[in-house]
Amino acid sequence: MLHKIKNINIQVQSAMGFEWLCPQGQVASKCKILFIQKMGWFTSMSGRIEPRACEASLACTTCHVYIPHDYLDKLPPSEEKEDDLLDMAPFLKENSRLGCQIVLTKELEGIEIQLPQATRNFYVDGHKPAPH
Amino acid sequence: MTLKVVKAVRRTISSACKKNLQVCIVGAGPAGFYAAMHLSKNVQNVNLDIIEKLPVPFGLIRYGVAPDHPEVKNVINQFTKVAKQPNVNFYGNISLGKDIHLRQLREHYDAVLLTYGAEKDRLLGIENEDAQNVISARNFVGWYNGHPSEQNLKIDLSSKTAAILGQGNVALDVARILYTPIDDLRKTDITECALSSLAESKVRELYLVGRRGPLQVAFTIKELREQLNLKNCQTVWRENDFDNIEDTVPHLPRPRKRLTELMLKSFKQGNVLDDCSKYKIFKPIFFRSPKKFLINTDKQVTGVLLACNKLHGDNWVTQKCLATDDTEILNCGLVFRSIGYTSVQADNELSFDNGVVPNDKGCVLDDNSEDKLAKLYVAGWLGTGPVGVILHTMGNAFQVAKVMCDDLKNVKHDKRDGFSAISRIMNSDQIVDWNGWERINKYEIEQGQSKGKPREKICNVNKMIEVAKCNDMLIE
Repeated sequence: MLHKIKNINIQVQSAMGFEWLCPQGQVASKCKILFIQKMGWFTSMSGRIEPRACEASLACTTCHVYIPHDYLDKLPPSEEKEDDLLDMAPFLKENSRLGCQIVLTKELEGIEIQLPQATRNFYVDGHKPAPH
Repeated sequence: MTLKVVKAVRRTISSACKKNLQVCIVGAGPAGFYAAMHLSKNVQNVNLDIIEKLPVPFGLIRYGVAPDHPEVKNVINQFTKVAKQPNVNFYGNISLGKDIHLRQLREHYDAVLLTYGAEKDRLLGIENEDAQNVISARNFVGWYNGHPSEQNLKIDLSSKTAAILGQGNVALDVARILYTPIDDLRKTDITECALSSLAESKVRELYLVGRRGPLQVAFTIKELREQLNLKNCQTVWRENDFDNIEDTVPHLPRPRKRLTELMLKSFKQGNVLDDCSKYKIFKPIFFRSPKKFLINTDKQVTGVLLACNKLHGDNWVTQKCLATDDTEILNCGLVFRSIGYTSVQADNELSFDNGVVPNDKGCVLDDNSEDKLAKLYVAGWLGTGPVGVILHTMGNAFQVAKVMCDDLKNVKHDKRDGFSAISRIMNSDQIVDWNGWERINKYEIEQGQSKGKPREKICNVNKMIEVAKCNDMLIE
């Protein structure tokens, strides 16, 4: 079930300076997700997982994430353009996706999203992002 | 002006309370900005000065990324946010080694980070490489992107056949810009000068020459797909180049597999040229190394003598190519050399080896380090060599910045006065600050509007300075 959320702009600041946010008017619904990284975890509530480097225009791979296998089928399959970009991402696995192309739905409740080693390295050691 | 005052006041207040650390970053490209982003977030009481040779920021984002890839340039928005922070300053039109010396920066800052990239083209080192119409891909890319030092590029596009030596993404950028219908290019921020030259281009047959085979190409799938999908362009592969390739495909890792499958698909579609005159032809060829350029009496290039190579070894990753005695002549009146970049040694006192500044996790390894001199760091292509996309540069810049964060906690020398000392040493009238860049930016966007382009770049340093300075009165 999708709910339209207006004027949402959730930003979970991480140490490396990329932010997850839901652009205004994005179709999304509330659900709990968990990002697992080296020093801790944080949850985001809703929307699309969107980092800031290319602003979700499918031009970079800074939002490369691993999706647990039992959730992979719940996502719409990746399109050619996303696959082409994933091919450039370091530490590519068969459950790799670009976070910016994932719209969170109620079905994804409880998903635990893992960040690849290359991204985790960017965090400052000792930094612990506060859970939201 | 108000912003300047606010900045100055804030700086005075904070420096009165605590010791302000002064960090200088040389080069305002992606490496410099990503490092600044990390440092400004993670170091208390730090003042970051980003100095840049050109009056304008963003380096290869502005001058390297192809004009038809505007989405890649979105990182500029992030960098702009960084530059607008009160403790971050941009000082353009300052050349390291000319206007200011490395020693002077190290005397007046607590830390110096070099991120000035790799600005020179690698050479093949073969006969007649200096012939007319042998063009460096780097110069060509800079030319169509409006880089001030490439605007005098002499290129003759009247030849029917051209060749690109190299099979990386820069080579494909060159091919795509040459073959994209001119009306599509008109909607980009490519310069007017390049547009009018490209509109007259007679090139209808374009070779893309690689030393090794289809399994070793350096370009990525996105760029190849764009090339294969170009309107009015047919790609023609050579029959024997794909021998035994198909058997290897199932064993390849995913990126290489998908890329090879795309080439095989295009290869198998065959060359259905119903009407040759309608199409421009793109011809990737493999297993060929340039031996020398052929020239006429006017020293213009007329072709390339190619050595035929054979691959040795079973593993596609480690296969080496060795030249055989066979050669082939490729007749063409225009050649682009696209075999990679190299850095320059901007200052005599900088250690430099094999095209990079030798470093350990970003710390520059130099023997003549004196206690009073600030520690020296390097990030981006100047430290890693010219490989990888923006993401790799981002990772490297964050790592080096992290090392700097730790070191800055233990700075032992006396308080440094940073840019105020530098502006006394050099002629500070020439400096273009962030407000100056914003005027240039605004001017360029306005100039582009009437033509339906996102911007029309200023391609001349003096004009940039004029625009950056002349509106001072109006804005105040």
